[in-house]
Amino acid sequence: MKVDRRSFLGLGLGAAAGVAVSPVAWKLMDDSSIWTQNWPWTPVPRDGEVTFDNTVCSLCPGNCGLSVRKIDGRPVKIEGRDDYPVNTGGVCLHGVAGLQYLYDPSRIKSPLKRIGDTFEQISWDEALELVATKLAEIRDAGKADSIACVTNHGMGTVPGLFQRLLTALGSNNFLSMDTMDKAWEKTLEKMHGVHGTLGFDLENAEFILSFGTGFIEGWGSPVSNFKANSSRKERGAALIQVEPRLSNTAAAADTWLAANPNTEADLALAMANVIISNNLYNTGYYVSGFGPGFDELAAMLKENYSPEAVAKTTGIDAAVIVDIAKRFAKSNAPVAIAGKGKGSTPGSAREFAAVHLLNCLAGNINTKGGAWILSPQDYEQWPAVEMDEVASQAIEKPAMDPAGSVAGFFAKAGAEKTVQALLISDANPCYALNDAKAITKAVQDIPFVVSFSSFMDETTRQADVVLPSHTFLERTEDLPSAAGMARRVTGLATPVIAPVFNTKNPGDAILAIAKAMEGTVGESFPWESYEECLEAVTGDLWSDLSDQGYAAVQETAPATRPSVDFSFVAQNPAPVEAEGTEADFSLILVPLDNVRIATGSVASSPFAVKTVPDTVLAGKDSLVEMNPETARANKLSQGDLAVLETPKGKATVKVNLFEGIMPGVIGMPRGLGHAMEENRYVSGKGVNINELMGPVMDAASGLDAAWGIRAKISRA
Amino acid sequence: MKQDKHGKNHKFGMVVDLDKCTGCGSCMVACMSENNVPFKEDESRKKDSITWMRVYKITNGKSFPETEICYMPRPCMHCGGKGDHGHSPCVSVCPAVATDYDHSSGIVSQIYTRCFGCRYCMGACPYHARYFNWWDPKWPEGMENYLSPDVSPRMRGVVEKCSFCFHRYQEARDRAYVEERDDIEEQEYQTACTQACPAGAITFGDLNNPDHEVYQMVEPDAHNCGKPKNPKAFRLLERLQTNPKVYYISEREWVRKAGDNYLEGEWEKVKNNHGNDHE
Repeated sequence: MKVDRRSFLGLGLGAAAGVAVSPVAWKLMDDSSIWTQNWPWTPVPRDGEVTFDNTVCSLCPGNCGLSVRKIDGRPVKIEGRDDYPVNTGGVCLHGVAGLQYLYDPSRIKSPLKRIGDTFEQISWDEALELVATKLAEIRDAGKADSIACVTNHGMGTVPGLFQRLLTALGSNNFLSMDTMDKAWEKTLEKMHGVHGTLGFDLENAEFILSFGTGFIEGWGSPVSNFKANSSRKERGAALIQVEPRLSNTAAAADTWLAANPNTEADLALAMANVIISNNLYNTGYYVSGFGPGFDELAAMLKENYSPEAVAKTTGIDAAVIVDIAKRFAKSNAPVAIAGKGKGSTPGSAREFAAVHLLNCLAGNINTKGGAWILSPQDYEQWPAVEMDEVASQAIEKPAMDPAGSVAGFFAKAGAEKTVQALLISDANPCYALNDAKAITKAVQDIPFVVSFSSFMDETTRQADVVLPSHTFLERTEDLPSAAGMARRVTGLATPVIAPVFNTKNPGDAILAIAKAMEGTVGESFPWESYEECLEAVTGDLWSDLSDQGYAAVQETAPATRPSVDFSFVAQNPAPVEAEGTEADFSLILVPLDNVRIATGSVASSPFAVKTVPDTVLAGKDSLVEMNPETARANKLSQGDLAVLETPKGKATVKVNLFEGIMPGVIGMPRGLGHAMEENRYVSGKGVNINELMGPVMDAASGLDAAWGIRAKISRA
Repeated sequence: MKQDKHGKNHKFGMVVDLDKCTGCGSCMVACMSENNVPFKEDESRKKDSITWMRVYKITNGKSFPETEICYMPRPCMHCGGKGDHGHSPCVSVCPAVATDYDHSSGIVSQIYTRCFGCRYCMGACPYHARYFNWWDPKWPEGMENYLSPDVSPRMRGVVEKCSFCFHRYQEARDRAYVEERDDIEEQEYQTACTQACPAGAITFGDLNNPDHEVYQMVEPDAHNCGKPKNPKAFRLLERLQTNPKVYYISEREWVRKAGDNYLEGEWEKVKNNHGNDHE
């Protein structure tokens, strides 16, 4: 057939028309777009019945109530529990991201035993037997007092079981991580002669004077504080923030007093001076409660802390000091708070006492909107521990650190190498304590280390045996409120899902270890399971705990008004200085706490890391914050790579310029630089500031009072 | 689908009190967790970090110690477009009808299976509220278990953005239908970020309903495309006439001024009405 021009065009047009009307082309295009969007690796989440389970979060001491949305029994979303008295529906980002901890593939999936530098999976029976045998050996060798235990916090029945095990073995070396709680306890002992803890009624306070706290950055009970801050406007309550950097708290405050670093105590003492010399202190409390040392204090303040003199130390105008002091004293419900950043480290006794002095002078002790002196939590009703001769003798030996400081304990453990065994539960001292490298060395020197962690964190990496715990979403546990909350609420965490991996509740692990040890140790633990123990020990609280998921232990201020002993402050204790000399290190490095980065025993979740701005973390580099003036003086500009050096170490960082930080001060975010290789979303990002800072032990309290360290920086 | 039955239409919107926002990031994570937003090993390259809700930090630019900062949460603005007729910048340019304006709720949709990834909408959006999936999402082994069936996970090559948790609206409507009610209550439909915000800084509701808190907070001017009558309230880039449904409130003048770009002397003329004279 001859193809002429006419038939060519005819056939061509016919074909074009045919293709156009035929659905085949459209169908193929549609199919291909559907096909390219249905890759087998794009998950299709299963649907099912929606249910909600309540539990309590234990990622931080805030202990918020959570409501977990489940589909067909599978948890898919964490929300705040609306009817929970701490957080009433609100929730922080770490709690919301809880499921990322639960399903984290880098979790420890079964008990482990160290073989050289690696771990081998073993069965629970073998692991528990191993620990029980080793502890019995140490005990039989007459070294029961050389067994130690470090938990994240000391409250509730799980830490209670650890402490009980140590007592039954014959050791006093039970410690919880150092936080501002310990500093408040020491303050109460010094100023009121009572043993207890301090809570602050911030939701009713009318004048909040914060000395460097991260009031809305994770200090105390974070969500409760966010709410107290939000209601300030309606209540007409003022917030004054004292800090050398414009933190989020300073930004939210009515007044930001940019005092020089480490002059918070001086400022508080100058304000106390103003209050006393103008007779603005609470006269009722003066008559009933002011004890020894008041006249000496007044004289000491008059001599050393005049507003004019302190204006020079702090850089705050004398008139401002006088004005704030007067407004504080005249307010109906003033409260002064201390504890830098999240309060995850203790501070100096001088600073805490100076701040609490303002509370005492204002007479707001145990009043609405004031500072509440709370007796130690005592709802737990433990039966007496059975003590054999070994235990009774060993327990007479004093604790390794008389002040009860973990930093002090590890310093001594590293120097004397007498600790034979260490149990670690929910704590990560090899990361979270100052001079993390020295702590790691001290832990390495302990012959037998048992970790109860859910994650292969820095401390667990050093363990000889790992008995992995349930995460908070798989656990039953009572969680008393702590850390600066005035109202006392004890929550009950209940599992929202069966354990994802082969883990145990640490309470059950302790019971099993004790039972494997014969004699009085085993006899001290008469319960079949942790749940049975919890129900028995929580006593009166149990019905509320099990019915509503929490028990309100105390709603109103305690009725007493303990007397005030002013002698400690009147002695004018010396400030705790930063390590290093000004000649070698002209700048000051301070840690920056931010609520988006977890700093405690658990690392941040992938979601939390995602929220961290690129002015804090860029790729694997930490950015340090400095004033443009500081940068100019050190020949640095935005984004430069620089070497930051302190007396404790060196790190390469990037520079972020921020007008809101005092010239001469460098700020470095805390909570970065984790070394948890299996978790690449979180690990290896940035620098751990605890490797650049060392502890500075405060002679007055025996606690680590480091608030910063001298430093220098130069272009890399 | 145009449903302009007068008075029946909702106009869902959000009000953020910037004086209450502490920049804690709960809204961001609540959103990621509600909407199956993926995450990568490195999320510090913010241009490809998918955050339907992102909290920006702004400063007043003054030097120490006069510096002030403010956090500004930014979801999708669900713009009504010029004249508030639904011609949102993104909707106007989408060649695939993958993003559309729902006149019955005022919500700008995003239909992933229609999107073929031309990213015109990202160029058109003045708020950087849209994100492109440069990679297939990958959840670490086991983490697919927490994915919610209410929001389909996206695939490589499509654009995604905040939906005002539209699935929650659907669920609330379904419940109302089953219970034989004509309409939903204010509290029945709340976005995940609103619910999570521990500071109570975010308020969500119907801007067409004078009983709703959002309406009372900003007093939207119905004759002026919803511009706030409250002088403390403002919308971002008001003068582009995108007519966003996200409003911000602040007592601080420098914060309100940061909501748009003003020439010298221009702010003084508009500061109490943000150009309420419209043209």
